[in-house]
This record gives sequence, structure tokens and C-alpha cells, in this order.
Amino acid sequence: MIQIVKRPDPSKTQDLLTRLFAVLCALVCASLLMAALGYNPFKVFGNIFIGSTGTLHRIRETIIKTIPLAALSLGVAVAFKMKFWNIGAEGQFYMGAMAAAWVAFNFNRLPMILMLPFMFCAAMLCGGLWALIPAFLKSKFKTSEILVTLMLNYVAVKWITYLQYGPWKDPKAAGFAKMPKFVNAAVLPKVFGVHIGWIIVLVLAVLVHILLNKTKFGYQVSVIGESEYTARYAGISVAKITLIAVIIGGGLCGVAGFMQASAIEHSLTDQLSAGLGFTSVITAWLARLSAPAIIVVSFLFAALLQGSAYIQTAMQIPTAVAEVLQGIILFFVLGSEFFLNYKLVFHKNAKEAA
Amino acid sequence: MSGAPYIQMKDICKSFGSVAANHGVSLSVEKGEIHALLGENGSGKSTLVNMLSGIYAPDGGEILIDGKATHFSSPRDAIAAGIGMVHQHFKLVDVLTAKENMVLGQQGCGLVIREKELTRKISSLSQKYGLSVDPDKKIYNMSIGEKQTVEILKVLYRGANVLILDEPTAVLTPQETKSLFDILRNMKKEGCAIIIITHKMHEVLDISDRVTVLRKGEAIGTVVTSEADAHSLTEMMVGRAISLEIGCAEVPPEQKKPLLDVQGLSAVGLNGLPVLKNMNFSLSSGEILGVAGIAGSGQKELCEIIAGLYKASEGDILFQGESIVGNKPADIMRKGIQMSFIPEDRLGMGLVAGMDIVDNVLLKSFRRGKGPFIDRAGGKKDAQRIVERFSVDTPSVSHIVKKLSGGNIQKVLLGREIDQNPTLLITAYPVRGLDIGASYFIYDTLNEQKKKGVGILFIGEDLDVLMEISDRLMVIHDGEIMGIVNPRNVTKEAIGLMMLGQSHGEVVA
Repeated sequence: MIQIVKRPDPSKTQDLLTRLFAVLCALVCASLLMAALGYNPFKVFGNIFIGSTGTLHRIRETIIKTIPLAALSLGVAVAFKMKFWNIGAEGQFYMGAMAAAWVAFNFNRLPMILMLPFMFCAAMLCGGLWALIPAFLKSKFKTSEILVTLMLNYVAVKWITYLQYGPWKDPKAAGFAKMPKFVNAAVLPKVFGVHIGWIIVLVLAVLVHILLNKTKFGYQVSVIGESEYTARYAGISVAKITLIAVIIGGGLCGVAGFMQASAIEHSLTDQLSAGLGFTSVITAWLARLSAPAIIVVSFLFAALLQGSAYIQTAMQIPTAVAEVLQGIILFFVLGSEFFLNYKLVFHKNAKEAA
Repeated sequence: MSGAPYIQMKDICKSFGSVAANHGVSLSVEKGEIHALLGENGSGKSTLVNMLSGIYAPDGGEILIDGKATHFSSPRDAIAAGIGMVHQHFKLVDVLTAKENMVLGQQGCGLVIREKELTRKISSLSQKYGLSVDPDKKIYNMSIGEKQTVEILKVLYRGANVLILDEPTAVLTPQETKSLFDILRNMKKEGCAIIIITHKMHEVLDISDRVTVLRKGEAIGTVVTSEADAHSLTEMMVGRAISLEIGCAEVPPEQKKPLLDVQGLSAVGLNGLPVLKNMNFSLSSGEILGVAGIAGSGQKELCEIIAGLYKASEGDILFQGESIVGNKPADIMRKGIQMSFIPEDRLGMGLVAGMDIVDNVLLKSFRRGKGPFIDRAGGKKDAQRIVERFSVDTPSVSHIVKKLSGGNIQKVLLGREIDQNPTLLITAYPVRGLDIGASYFIYDTLNEQKKKGVGILFIGEDLDVLMEISDRLMVIHDGEIMGIVNPRNVTKEAIGLMMLGQSHGEVVA
């Protein structure tokens, strides 16, 4: 007989060990799969490691992937802290990127020193306002923010597609459906070989950490997240705090869109996010909504993405296999949450149990 | 008593994590006996009966039914062995009828409920034990007493001859309690074994044949009720002699100034029906106004309206002469009106379960200080002061509140409110779930506050306590005030009738 027993709260070491064990299980399981497909698992994992951190260039590539993921995760975390289940990072990302592109296209005479902050603010505002829609609907009509944020993702992406194929199409692109390149003033400069977004993200992480943990506002957000009734009882204006926090969260996702459009694509396309908006939900959750942990988890995740891209070319492993690999790791790490809170007790038979 | 007892639990052990809830507990119950389990919260009463009803499996020890060793791996096994449990929180489906609830989850009743046979069976059971319930009445139309009757019928219908009741009288009026006890006596005559969990001393003395007292997971002893009294039992339960006097502190009348004046207050519930009907009462400083009523008679709404959390549809509330009706909670706090509301739902409303003591203390004072940053250092000082003043038993002030025991949780809540030096204290069921020691601590604290001139609105459920601690007692029924009486001049039965909807005039006449 197997019994599921609730654990007393796990200690920090227990927590860490369980997670490490989960990663180990994932690696073993993934190895078996690799072996079954005829690849040497040690070589595959070795190549993932080499592919993500093996050379300076690859480390830079990994960091470049970390930047938008971390910014998106920070945005998601602010809303999650309040138990506002914002699955709309993807859409907020695109709306932010769109606002940045609009600034870049329409104010192309501005010097960089004005251009970039302008793009930043526009992206933040637009991402925030996009997130405000589900928040408003929730507070007014009690709609589910999960559904609305999810659906608005598709609206946002399709809207970008429309702009790309319609009004914002570059007339000089010889019929190709793409937008014009940004002027140089609208492209984020590089610091140590990586665009300045890495500094922006680190600053944002520090700010989010302070905001959530040290301010009256962050305190109110946590109280609302724990219990809306308690918040009301304490005289907290639930609607106001919720709207502000959602705007901040959406704004951060918008900033991610701005950085990606400006530094990587130098333009806007409907492929810009590469699904990172969805990945960020996982990374934010794995980091337990803690800003410093988000940076670490995002980097590890980016390394996995970067490494799997590498093994595709280095070992001719198909994309699908790399994706399965990511899936297995996620499955085990998320599944370990269960074992942090519960344990299984095995009884040999009923007699012994009694 | 001859032969082996019908139910025997020997040396039962059960641990949850590192906490030993039961440690070598033995209990024996005869057929035709009402056996009371007495003990403070956390003494292991519920754990013990949960093992008897198959919800938990014991870690050690054995359970013998009719002399045979038994092992229950689910409640279904226990039901098959004739053991039925009536839980403190009823497990009924509101939208179904009494009859439907009884057959719910029963095996082998087929797809079609054989209505006639069922009705016949229910009425024969009802007659046998003196239970009266309309089998076709929907649960949501029933009073609490009726719901409890359905719960009892349900376990009897399933063939139980051992009935376990977990704090059955906690929510009943005196009249309902009396009729429950009549039912239990009938069942006893029919040869059922009954185990009743309670911490109301006079009920134990009234109904039980024997009492087993538990303390901190161990059985202190089993005594024949007729040879025990309230003081000896309390001593067994608490481990030391304690005074059972609550007392009503005397405050000289010249110190009493009008504090709260409620005029013609009405409110509408979420379903559009009136929950408060034209309430008029006043409260002065240095006074405890008790509020008695069946659960759900408008107590919650009354408290929340005064605290600014619920909307009044009509009427006015004057606090020290100033109207506060329609103000938001934050406005009320900002105005410097020192009103503290201790809600019934401690962890869901009064406190944030997942935060530590410091953050919970900050709940009312986090706005202190200029600038965007929260003053955690100040909050920590406050928390330490409260922990010390109210002797909260906690490893540190950064301990998560929900990990504290019920009594300590309530001390944190009460402590936070009293620490703000309120002039009006509203408290709803402040001792619910607390052990005797903690309860008397709360009563003493309230009396102390009253002597300092604080006006206290005390929503209670234990009539004995309400009648002792209140200067005046307001009895409400269905959102209406049935009368405001001097508890020294009325009987408990009269208050019970008022709780059921008779006005004070009718009761007295």
C-alpha cells in the first residue's frame, strides 16, 4: 500500500537536494531516450554544455537569449506575486515591441540619447496598457485573467502580422513582407560584446526585488496575493494596487519586446518572441518569483536553448529531439514540486502498518 | 461491566511529521454507553476518532471491535463495521434533499433510487430514535439543527451502531442541543455506542456516562461521569486547577460615555435578501455589549458594516457623534478613529496566513512613515512587544503565522489590535477553536480593555460565556434585534427562544 503524506515544510537543503535529484532524474531519463535513438547521451549533454558556454562567443549568445527571458519573467513574477495569473507575456512583449518600432519609424531624426529612452518608455507604456485590459475586465466583470491574457496573445501576434503585411510593410523590400530596418540611433549599443540589454535587465531585477520586498507597494501586493479579504480588511485598495502592479508587469514584458526588436532584429517581425513569452511563465515559476533567482534560472534556461540549437548543427539531432529534451527536464523539475510538499510512505502490508 | 468492551482502542499512536498527535492512547466504549472525549484543542481527540472512523490509519496500537482486531484502510471499512461519524462541518450537498444525501455514495443502490422503500426506511429509523426530518426537504432550506439530524440519519441509514459526534453542539441553540441530547439518549436505549467530542463541561456532565480526558496526545484517565465534577475534569484536562470565573468587570457609570450609536441600520445580502433589518442600539465606553444569535443571523454583516467593509442600505452609524457609514476601511483608519475589528475568520481575513508575525503586525501600520519604503524595523519592534505582552508562544517574530497554534494566532491578532490602543473593539467569536487556558486569557484581556474604557462589541456563540461577560446582551434573529437584555435578569432558555425569533416581550410574557 502506498500512502501520500504531507510533508512538514522542507528545509532549504531538502529543497535544494530534491531539485538537484529531479534534474538528475531528468538527465537519466533523457539519456535513456538518447540512447534509444542511437545517440551517445554523454556526448549530447557534453555538446549542450559546450554549445552554450564553450567559447566566449557562445556565452555571449546565451546571455543574449537570457536577456529577454529574464525581463519577461520579471514581468510575469510581479503579476504572479498578486496571484494575477498573467499568461499574456507574449502579447505584452509584442505590443511593447510595436510601440518601440513606432517610435523608431516615426521619429527617426532623434539622437540615440533621446531615441532609446523614448522607445523604452513607449514599450513599457504599451505593454502595460495591453496587460491592463484583462485586469480591467477582471475587476469589472470578474472574467478569468488566465483566459483573457492567453487569448490576447493571439490578438497581439496577429496584429503585428497585419502591420507587417500591411501598413508598416517596407515598400523598398521588393515585395517581401517585412518592415524597414531601424535607424542606427534606435539600436541598443553593445557593452563587452553584448547589447546593453544585459545591464538594463540587471537593473530591472534589482528594482523589482526592491519594489516587491522593501516597499509599501510590494507589501500590499503580497497581501493581496495571499488574501484579498485580508487586504480589504486592512484598508488596501485592491483594485488600484492590482491595476498598478499589472501595468508594471506588462510594462516589463513590453521592455523585453523593445530590447529584442532594437538589439537583435533591428526591426519588428511576428516571429520576434520565438515563444519566450510562454517560456517565461515557467522560468518565473521555477524561480519562485524571486528576482535574483529569475536571473539565474533564465540563464540556465537560455543555456539549454542555446545548447540544443548547437547539437542540432553539431550532431544532426533534429529540433524535435532537442525539444523533447527540454520537455523532460521541465517535467521532472516541475514534478519535484509535488515531492517537496508530499512524501510517499510504503507499507509492506496492512498488518505491519497497523 | 462484563466481557470485553464493544470498542477497544489500545495504545494508539499517530504522528504527523514530528508531532505526536496520539501517544499510547487507550479507549474503550460499551454498547449502550455515551462516552465523552474531553480535551483541549490539539489534545488529539479528533485524531483518535478519525482513526476509529477510518480516515487515518494508526502508526501503532490496535483497534478491536467486538473483540476482533480490525484494520480500516478507508472510511468505507469503518462504515461497514458499523461506525459512523458526524463531522463538525457537515458534509451534505446543499442542493439535494435529505433523502438524496442519505443514499449519496452508497454502493449497490443501483441507478434508480427506490423512493418508496427509502422513505419507509427513513421513517422507521426516524421513529425508532425520535428524529424528525422531512426527507424531501432540500438541505439549503434547513436550519443547522435539521442538517445535523440529517447527518445522524445518514450514518444510521448506513447501518451504524456506533456514532461519533465531533463537537456537535458548537453551532446549536440551547433548544436544539436539548433535542439532540434526547436523540442521543434514545439511541443509547437502543443499544448504540456513542462517542461525543466536546469541550463544554456542563454538556459532558449532562449527557455522558463516562469521560475520557485527553491532554497533549495522551489519555489522562477515564472516569465515571457521576463521580466527577467540572473542577476535577478541568484539572485533568488542563493539568492544573484553573478558575472558571470569567467575571464582568465593574466600570463606574460616570466613566461611560456614548461611543457608538447605530440607528435604523439595514443591509441587503449578496442574494438580494435583507440581512440586517432596522437595527438600533448603542454602545458606550467601558462596556461589553454581547451579541447572541444563531450563526448567520447577520453578525458578520453587522461587524463588517461598522468596519467599513460592507455596504449598508439604510440607516446611520455614529462613532463619537460622527457618521461613519459609507466610509472605506482606510478612511476610517485615517480619520484616527481607533476601531479594531477582530473578524471571525482569523487566517482568511484578520491575518495573512503565509506571512510572518512582523508582516502581520504591519498589516494595520504599514502606512506609517513617509516615502515608499516599508518600515520593517519598526514592525519588528511592535511584533516583539506584542509577543512579549501577550506571551505568544513562538520561536521568533519571523515565524509564519499559520504554523502557530490557534491560541497563539488569536493572540497575535488580538495583540495587534489592542496594541493600537483602540477606543472601540469589535470582536467576532474570539475564542473559537481555542483551548480553555487561551480562552480565559482572551476573556481577561477583554475585561482589562473594558476597564480602560474601551467599548467592546462581542459576537459570541457560547451563551454561558456571553451571559457572564456582557454588560448587556443583544439577541438577534435573522438580522433583527429581538431584544437587548441584562443577562443577569434572564434565563438561558429565554435567550434561546429569542435566538429562535421570539421578541423579548413575547418571551417574558
